[in-house]
Amino acid sequence: MTKNNFKTIALTGGEAAAEAMRQINPAVFSAYPITPQTPIIEKFAKIVEKGLVETKFVSVESEHSAMSLMVGAAAAGGRAMTATSSQGLALMIEILPITSGLRLPVVMNLAMRSISAPLNIHNDHQDAMLARDLGWIQIFCENNQEVYENNFLAVRLAENSKVKLPVMVCQDGFIASHNLEGVKVYDDKIIKNFVGDYTPENYLLNLKKPITIGAFVMPDYYFEIKKQVADAMNEAKKVYLKIGQELKKITGNDYGYFEQYFMSDAKAVIVAMGSVSGTAKAAVDKLRSQGKKVGLLKINLYRPFPYQEVEKVLNKIKFVGILERVMGCGSITPLTSDISECLNSKTSRQTYILGLGGRDVQMEEIEGIFNDLLKGKLSKEPKYVGLKN
Amino acid sequence: MTKKNKILIGGIIDKPGSSKNYKTGSWRSQRPVWDKTKCIQCLVCVNYCPENCIPLKEDKRVETDFDYCKGCGICAQVCPVKAIIMKEGK
Repeated sequence: MTKNNFKTIALTGGEAAAEAMRQINPAVFSAYPITPQTPIIEKFAKIVEKGLVETKFVSVESEHSAMSLMVGAAAAGGRAMTATSSQGLALMIEILPITSGLRLPVVMNLAMRSISAPLNIHNDHQDAMLARDLGWIQIFCENNQEVYENNFLAVRLAENSKVKLPVMVCQDGFIASHNLEGVKVYDDKIIKNFVGDYTPENYLLNLKKPITIGAFVMPDYYFEIKKQVADAMNEAKKVYLKIGQELKKITGNDYGYFEQYFMSDAKAVIVAMGSVSGTAKAAVDKLRSQGKKVGLLKINLYRPFPYQEVEKVLNKIKFVGILERVMGCGSITPLTSDISECLNSKTSRQTYILGLGGRDVQMEEIEGIFNDLLKGKLSKEPKYVGLKN
Repeated sequence: MTKKNKILIGGIIDKPGSSKNYKTGSWRSQRPVWDKTKCIQCLVCVNYCPENCIPLKEDKRVETDFDYCKGCGICAQVCPVKAIIMKEGK
């Protein structure tokens, strides 16, 4: 890590994503405004208007069109980026597995928001969870700095020849997207050098080597092509770490599958994703000062999920609490399903559903969860934290 | 895509005209039987065939190309003189 290779600038999470895109300089950007993604498109529109990038900014009439345009742009051979939230992502859903199935390295910034109804513009993880099994890599961010840095990792990961999959960089709507934080913005040259140019092997505008993308496939080939996506997801896990190590040379930060916070001797551990991890760290600090053996496992890479690695770090933990920012609908909630796969019979788990539709998650509530876990009051039924009677 | 071809990443096809290699005739469960003596060469069947697999030779239809005929029976339906009948089997 070289000294003085950055400036610290006050940026919202949305602006941090736009600033990262300025340095990435995608060939095409297209998105449709939706709260709380709007700061991304607003800031990036200004960057394009000032001529700071060579990006073609395409205004469209819906998210479905924006995502379709991403498919076209990426298939043509351009670096394509988009952003959305909530219902916007829901409208893109038809195109999301097409993007991954065609192996197009689109990068999306998602400012996570609840899903209607009831209509609500505020933060939880229900939109990201809609897209968790569609062949998109999903990286969750705790703060604005992570949003900024993960964009570079995402572009490299998506475009890697062993991966060729779309990536979603997930930040918490409003909590990250609209709140200012000091963000270390690295020198343009350093980032440009790290990100590099997009040089696809096959693309539609290569007239010397014409190809067909998106052809109809009969039962005798569909299965194999879908299996390619599953294999690429496995590759993505390895490549993610390699690119992370390269990025660490610039930023000095770790890009692991997850972050372990006071876990080595912990009796009770909370598993969380996104900004609530920051609140949980503060709660861990407080309880540790009281001598309570608590810790946090913050998941960074959600898809592909690091099952074996999580299993290794959770196998000595007695009580595991899983913070879910989604509602289960006659089903086990997503992160709980994943974590349950990683637990042995000696570990007990408890799901805590909280922070839906922007309901604030207080540090005291996280402390309460830790105390609940330490008492060993665990059951298979989820507990609802902060729910009014 | 043909069975001889390697499956490229994302199902990309890197050779033009590859659908010719896909013999859709294997889908057939009924076959059109054409009676040359009844045929008036109106060519209605040629125009209606969705697979474009009734070949023309010197402006006259010849035997159906069974490499591609899926046995849909449209030719038999549209034939004004019933010179084509569908029979069970490949």
